[in-house]
Amino acid sequence: MADQPVPIAGPLEVAYPTRGTFLEWLHSWVTTVDHKKIGIMYIVYSLFFMMVAGAEAMLIRIQLAIPNNHAISPEMYNELFTMHGTTMVFLVGMPILFGLANYIVPLQIGARDMAFPRLNAFSFWLTAFGGFLLYYSFIGGFGLYGMGNAPDAGWFAYAPLTLRSFSPGHSIDYWAAALILSGFGTLGTAINIIATTLSMRCRGMTLMRMPLFTWLLLVVSGLTLVTITPLTAAQVMLLLDRYAGAHFFDAQAGGSPLLWIHFFWVFGHPEVYVLVLPAFAVANEVIPVFSRKAIFGYPAMVAASVGIGFTSLAVWAHHMFTVGMSAAGNSFFVLSTMVVGIFTGIKMFNWLATMWGGSIRFATPMLFCIGFLFQFLIAGLTGIMLAAAPWDWQLHNSYFLIAHFHYVLVGAIVMCIFAAVYYWYPKAMGRRLSETLGKWHFWVFVIGFHMTFDTMHFVGFLGMPRSIYTYEADRGWNTLNMVISIGAFIQTIGVLIFAWNLVYSYFYGEEAGSDPWDAWTLEWATPSPPPVYNFATEPEVRSRRPLWDIKHPQDPDWKYEP
Amino acid sequence: MQQQPGYSPIRYMLALAFFWLMAITRGYCDGPQATPSIFAPASTPAHEIYSFSFFVLAITGAIFVSVASLLVYVMIKYRARAGEEESEPPQVYGSVQVELAWTIIPVLIVAVLFLTTARIIFAIQDAPEPKSALNVTVIGHQFWWEFRYPQLGIVTANELHIPVSSKQHPQATYLRLLSADVDHSFWVPQLGGKTDLIPNHPNEMWYQPTATGMYVGQCAQFCGVEHAKMLIRVYVDTPEQFQAWVANQQKAGVEDPKVAAGRHLFETEACMNCHTVRGTAAKGTFGPDLTHLMSRSTIAAGAALNTPEDLHKWIENPANFKDGALMPAMQLSDQQIDDLVAYLTTLH
Repeated sequence: MADQPVPIAGPLEVAYPTRGTFLEWLHSWVTTVDHKKIGIMYIVYSLFFMMVAGAEAMLIRIQLAIPNNHAISPEMYNELFTMHGTTMVFLVGMPILFGLANYIVPLQIGARDMAFPRLNAFSFWLTAFGGFLLYYSFIGGFGLYGMGNAPDAGWFAYAPLTLRSFSPGHSIDYWAAALILSGFGTLGTAINIIATTLSMRCRGMTLMRMPLFTWLLLVVSGLTLVTITPLTAAQVMLLLDRYAGAHFFDAQAGGSPLLWIHFFWVFGHPEVYVLVLPAFAVANEVIPVFSRKAIFGYPAMVAASVGIGFTSLAVWAHHMFTVGMSAAGNSFFVLSTMVVGIFTGIKMFNWLATMWGGSIRFATPMLFCIGFLFQFLIAGLTGIMLAAAPWDWQLHNSYFLIAHFHYVLVGAIVMCIFAAVYYWYPKAMGRRLSETLGKWHFWVFVIGFHMTFDTMHFVGFLGMPRSIYTYEADRGWNTLNMVISIGAFIQTIGVLIFAWNLVYSYFYGEEAGSDPWDAWTLEWATPSPPPVYNFATEPEVRSRRPLWDIKHPQDPDWKYEP
Repeated sequence: MQQQPGYSPIRYMLALAFFWLMAITRGYCDGPQATPSIFAPASTPAHEIYSFSFFVLAITGAIFVSVASLLVYVMIKYRARAGEEESEPPQVYGSVQVELAWTIIPVLIVAVLFLTTARIIFAIQDAPEPKSALNVTVIGHQFWWEFRYPQLGIVTANELHIPVSSKQHPQATYLRLLSADVDHSFWVPQLGGKTDLIPNHPNEMWYQPTATGMYVGQCAQFCGVEHAKMLIRVYVDTPEQFQAWVANQQKAGVEDPKVAAGRHLFETEACMNCHTVRGTAAKGTFGPDLTHLMSRSTIAAGAALNTPEDLHKWIENPANFKDGALMPAMQLSDQQIDDLVAYLTTLH
């Protein structure tokens, strides 16, 4: 079964690309409107920036490995942590998830492409241009001394530090302009995904038969439309303050720096869910397939995701318990934040129930998803600790906070991104990634991860604040910081194994066939890599797992679904 | 394919045990420590947060243990065994009763957590200010702290002195938090949580310290190049020590004819544009008040010691200690700096 496409949509021939000149090859990528090629470009672009931002993190950890270190100047350090954060969120997290969506969503719903292929290409190039613009600031964004200068006000860029009185030069302008640009790209893709999922589904695929991956990307895209907008608005206000004499954030002229904090987190908190819901989406695909069971409680999973989407719009000020809100205001945001915990709890229990009674196969994608479950459990619980406002007055902006959100961003999201790459690489490239290298990658990365981020919680308890380029030698933070830095190096080795695996398996990997994992959704019914048109004829589905129905004609899903 | 689950529970137990041990041992010794641990509270809001944190830890810890063991159990019990490759396990699609159960239980936990949290929030934030409270205005600057005592007419910098509180003489200190430029955050973990200093948005927090000594902390909101070198020292004094300190601070700057050369330099070079020495012509307010500089043990917001050697290096070029300090290098000769340092070291 694994070698032949499941004939759900008529016969298909694999389209082998003909070899042309380098220019022809380049031309075919630059001008493409094919959702699969755009998806791959998104993913390659994000992986490239993941390496860049990872290298920045390494420099940060070299500087912090010992107290009073002079490896990096304070100015450079501030640029590095600003660029690390901005890159990871805007040039890695969002593009890679939209890249996966681009590649997978049309295949999963039996469509031939996205609803608006040209908008799709346009959005990608906007996002890509935004990323390169941001990095051009290293040579172009001259600061006080006329030298190259990257943004250095933190990824949260709290005004008034970003105003011209405190940030002369152009580094902040690059930051604002790059994010406005990539923000428009993101909006374009979000609109595209919404239109595609709502109007391009194949025959028989009602909304409640849509694979959960696609469902969650629909929720994410809706959320994106409402979160990116306040960020763009705030960037425009910032630029008006800087160049047009507006006083939105200028305290001396009666402006309100607090306003920036609100605007930023009205964007920033839903943004966390924009990033983490696609990670959930990956787990929703991988965990059932490798447990060999249908997802437990599909309607509850959809409801919980939509619930998270809405609730996440009402929790932003839990980043602001220390800005001096009223006691009633603080209490409201404690409650709304803890409600999110209920929804994520439902998801966690449904994943466990899916595995319960299954026959779990520990292939690399599943290993990463189990890592995700475990780490996301801890991340959720430290989130509850931070949501308990009085404790947050201690923990906020300490390394505990840094540990918590890296547990979410790396322990949950990056782990799921790795799972997704291992899971869908065979579909995109026609070859499997090496399982041996995959397991090395998993174990090395997980050990490094826990060394780094478990330890960060403790150094936060001991009073170490974030964003500091060095610390006093007598604070009792020395050993812990050394452990954190060593862990970071081990993670780097893990990522290098991953990179090697991507390259090696592209040439020498085992032939995947159309359905290497014996999975159930439509993307596995077409050859690997899929032809440009995806499906020769429009597929028709009768349940949530069309390939299960074909593989088990005596016991199809549609018998049990409403 | 039958690899054991990835996470060693033993490592976690050890980490958890380490954490409890640390928390308990640090928690028992009352008083200042070199490590500003949030588990070594020495003041009232910090004490309340400390006990509250154990309540939250107990609940989250219980959730962690139950869910994590469930995960480990599922992985071991339901791993694919040899011979299962061809068959599929029975398919289960869901259960409304089970979904309800694991929705309602978390709802109850959240209700308990929320009510407790809200009670503590109101208890700390809305505590009425006692009439006897000492008021201090804290002003955040890039990259140092200004402390003003409006009731006592004192202005000082970077090292805050407050009186200890006891059962017989309860004494609270209320801090009014302002900023002169960008956002900062005032955090001394052993005394209490942090509160931000935001321009055009005055904030308030209070301490009621229970043990004397010197407590360290630092700015907790990124505020520019030297954010890392914006350290705080809080001296919790006995009432007698505090009275003596106040009496000294209220005096005008000491006049000593032996250091007239240094004083002349101070008042003719740019120093006096930014610094105040009360009782002299120097009335600048952009930098720290130096009237009683020698009563402080550090300079440059904790970046250097208050010794003649460090003072010399600092005046020669502040970048020797703080790259991004806003005080310029004044291009003075060694002799001039020596004179200045001689003058400054008389300002007790």
